[in-house]
Amino acid sequence: MTEHTVKAFDEDITRLRGIIAEMGGLAEVAIQDAMQALVSADEDLARQVVERDVKLDKLESEVDELAVRVIALRAPMADDLREVIAALKIGGVVERIGDYAKNIAKRVGRIEGRKRFEPLTLIPAMAEVAAEMVHDVLTAYAARDPVLAREVIQRDDKVDAFYDSIFRNLVSHMVENPATISSAAQLLFIARNLERIGDHATNVAEMVHYAATGTYPPEERDHDA
Amino acid sequence: MLVAGTDFWIAIAVVAIWIGSIFLFTPPPPSAPAQVEGMQLTRDGMRELIEHSGMPLLLLDGSRIVIANVEAREVLGRHILGQDARVAFRHPAAVDLLGRDKGGSVTVQGLTGPRSTWQMTRQPIDGRYWLVELINRTTEADISRAHTDFVANASHELRTPLASIIGYVETLAEEGENVDPDMAAKFHDTVLKEARRLQNLVNDLMSLSRVEAEKHDQPRDKLDLGALTERAARDGAGPQRLDRLVLHRPEEPITVRGDSDQLEQVVRNLVDNALKYGDPEAPVEVSLAHGERDMAVLEVRDRGEGIAPEHLPHLTRRFYRTDPGRSRAAGGTGLGLAIVKHIVERHRGRLDIASKRGQGTIVTIRMPMVGEEVEGES
Repeated sequence: MTEHTVKAFDEDITRLRGIIAEMGGLAEVAIQDAMQALVSADEDLARQVVERDVKLDKLESEVDELAVRVIALRAPMADDLREVIAALKIGGVVERIGDYAKNIAKRVGRIEGRKRFEPLTLIPAMAEVAAEMVHDVLTAYAARDPVLAREVIQRDDKVDAFYDSIFRNLVSHMVENPATISSAAQLLFIARNLERIGDHATNVAEMVHYAATGTYPPEERDHDA
Repeated sequence: MLVAGTDFWIAIAVVAIWIGSIFLFTPPPPSAPAQVEGMQLTRDGMRELIEHSGMPLLLLDGSRIVIANVEAREVLGRHILGQDARVAFRHPAAVDLLGRDKGGSVTVQGLTGPRSTWQMTRQPIDGRYWLVELINRTTEADISRAHTDFVANASHELRTPLASIIGYVETLAEEGENVDPDMAAKFHDTVLKEARRLQNLVNDLMSLSRVEAEKHDQPRDKLDLGALTERAARDGAGPQRLDRLVLHRPEEPITVRGDSDQLEQVVRNLVDNALKYGDPEAPVEVSLAHGERDMAVLEVRDRGEGIAPEHLPHLTRRFYRTDPGRSRAAGGTGLGLAIVKHIVERHRGRLDIASKRGQGTIVTIRMPMVGEEVEGES
């Protein structure tokens, strides 16, 4: 590439990374606010989470546009190309994480009699682990740190364990209190959404690893507790 | 005519040269030197100026980070240099501030850790550059939260042993001789046990509040974690339980920056927990290793019945107990792991607890090691 192209490419990549980081920040806050809304039954806050998701969608299309333009105009090679492809994929995944948070926020109004729900104390703890995964994977992306990315991948087991425990808990709750089945089912969906957020954070971590090293991380999830 | 003509041309030439010399000498003067000085201060001068200012400062060229001083690199990581400012500040409030035409100030949550609070200020310089200043407000937010937590929890925890001490002593005082000696001995025993518990609780609360007070003040002393672990693990086990302790540590020293009293307390608490709640027949393994990314990895493993997954996330909360009766019977105050967590956080470490029902629990602490002084510019 000529010097001019290199400089222009560098500027485009910097902007692309900036937009991804901005999306990440929005997704993180969406998870936190959705949980806050759920715990304190704050429907206004829940509505704000839903409204703010529009911004995330807009940024995603900005990422798409910019990435496609960079590939078309600058024809990047090797690790530059990996960087653009990773940004394109990560943008899509972060947008999905935002969608899950929005989905949680939408269910806040549909839960009745929240005082009696034991799982309501477990879900925020699960959300904390999932949100931390999202936070750390974005930091790993910003720092191009494959080791931190691998650490995030290992933490997905914790989220899965939480999901199993919440699932069992809610099912037995439904059996004992048939009157609350619909609310319990909402919580089940919320736990499911959080579990998906953990999976998506894992996906992002794999792409961060790919962008930084060119390989996908080895499967080491079970024997390293 | 010819002579006069020559004089005329000479006169013209002299005048022309004189006028020319005015043009030759005038351009350089006043404005130029000042401009050169101004140019120099922009980058290098600026870098020097803010490098050791004591608080995180960054200089942005448009939206790109061009200078980050030593505090900013420590707080946000070295990788932010040359990046879009949103990579360092992705919180929506910060992104909003970065997008404004004018400067301003916002409060940003979770910039460095889940519970951190920073005041971020951005002001324009020379039209093209922006100065970003960060002030840590975490301590202020923490103090008010910690205060309410403490009053709520501690009063409950202190009241329980006090109530039973008062109850038994009242009975002994009122009934006096009517209580048979065996029963009286039992009562005295209970009173003593409850008083001891109260004493332990007060001690633990004191160390917890001490750790919290120093939370944002990073320890500077270098020490060998290997020797410390060995000493503290033996101490935590005590002579009666020493045979159940198995210790693995590398030959070479594992150097970390830390507060030796506090780190000893971490090891003692973990070893004591493992011995107390693990299988009384099985050994407790304490191992220290040089892990990935130059982290010191300390593991304490027991072979007890394990902890149910739903309890795991709450273990480091103050006064959280998986089985209140059993913990109290074993003399636990419910603060041991909370103290461990705070100390580890102060040392910029990470605490992980993994457990399988029926197999036991592994507590892992990762702490950054000190290398052979690899500080310097990147």
